[in-house]
Amino acid sequence: MDSVKKIAAMLAMCFVTVAASAQENSDVMRSNGKIYVVVAVVVTIVIGLFLYLMNLDRKISKIERNQK
Amino acid sequence: MIRHSWWKILAFILLMYTCTMGFLVEIPKLDGRLQETIRNLFFHVPMWFGMMTLFIVSVVYAVIYLNKPGSKADIYSVEYARTGTIFGSLGLITGAIWANYQWGAFWSSDPKQNGALIAVLIYFAYFVLRGSMNDDEKKARIGAVYNIFAFFMLFPTIWILPRLAESLHPGGQGSEGNPGLNGGDLAPSMRLVFWPSVIGWTLLGVWITTLRIRFRTLQNKLMHG
Repeated sequence: MDSVKKIAAMLAMCFVTVAASAQENSDVMRSNGKIYVVVAVVVTIVIGLFLYLMNLDRKISKIERNQK
Repeated sequence: MIRHSWWKILAFILLMYTCTMGFLVEIPKLDGRLQETIRNLFFHVPMWFGMMTLFIVSVVYAVIYLNKPGSKADIYSVEYARTGTIFGSLGLITGAIWANYQWGAFWSSDPKQNGALIAVLIYFAYFVLRGSMNDDEKKARIGAVYNIFAFFMLFPTIWILPRLAESLHPGGQGSEGNPGLNGGDLAPSMRLVFWPSVIGWTLLGVWITTLRIRFRTLQNKLMHG
């Protein structure tokens, strides 16, 4: 469970850094017809889905270990 | 194998690549008809590749079941078919959305659309058939036989009939090559995103399937001691 917290903290740090740097040079996210905004949205959704699957995988593994 | 994590991480990396490069990669500007919608190639087409792969695994387990009946092969066969059907349904829906802006309507009763719909409906009937029986062994055996039929129906409905008629979809009568796309027609830069996306989406489907398989196996153990 500790490692999950570590990973979550790391992800949060990354996110804050990216958000901060995006504000500094605001033209990056707004260039190319703001396509990077779409990329950010889709990437967030896919990361979210993967975290959810990872969580399910863990839960099932735990039950499997208890069954043996 | 189904508990290893390297291929799950691979799926994640490939889909991250797909979901960034899919929007950013340079696409050829041809005649202004497809425009940016060609990027759907990285999302709509992999659904069908994924569906086909999942159905192949499903039919293999159906044959394994008929050779040597056992609950393991049955669970694998059903769950691969289930995720495959979901991928096929997503392929139909995304195809209809794309068609609305490309062909002028969500559904034009195009041979490719009709064929794909029939193929997916045949798999829906597989679950209806299984659900109609209470005896587990009978359910598994008849299900496995029907699975083989459903799999071979994919060939006329998706691969052969749409090629014999005029179609709005690539690969109809008069055009050469594969019904999905002609491999050589694809710009090299797009090929570098397309194939990773196919592998990534397929692996995601496999992951979801293995989770269901493990869940069903546990359920089985709990119910039968």
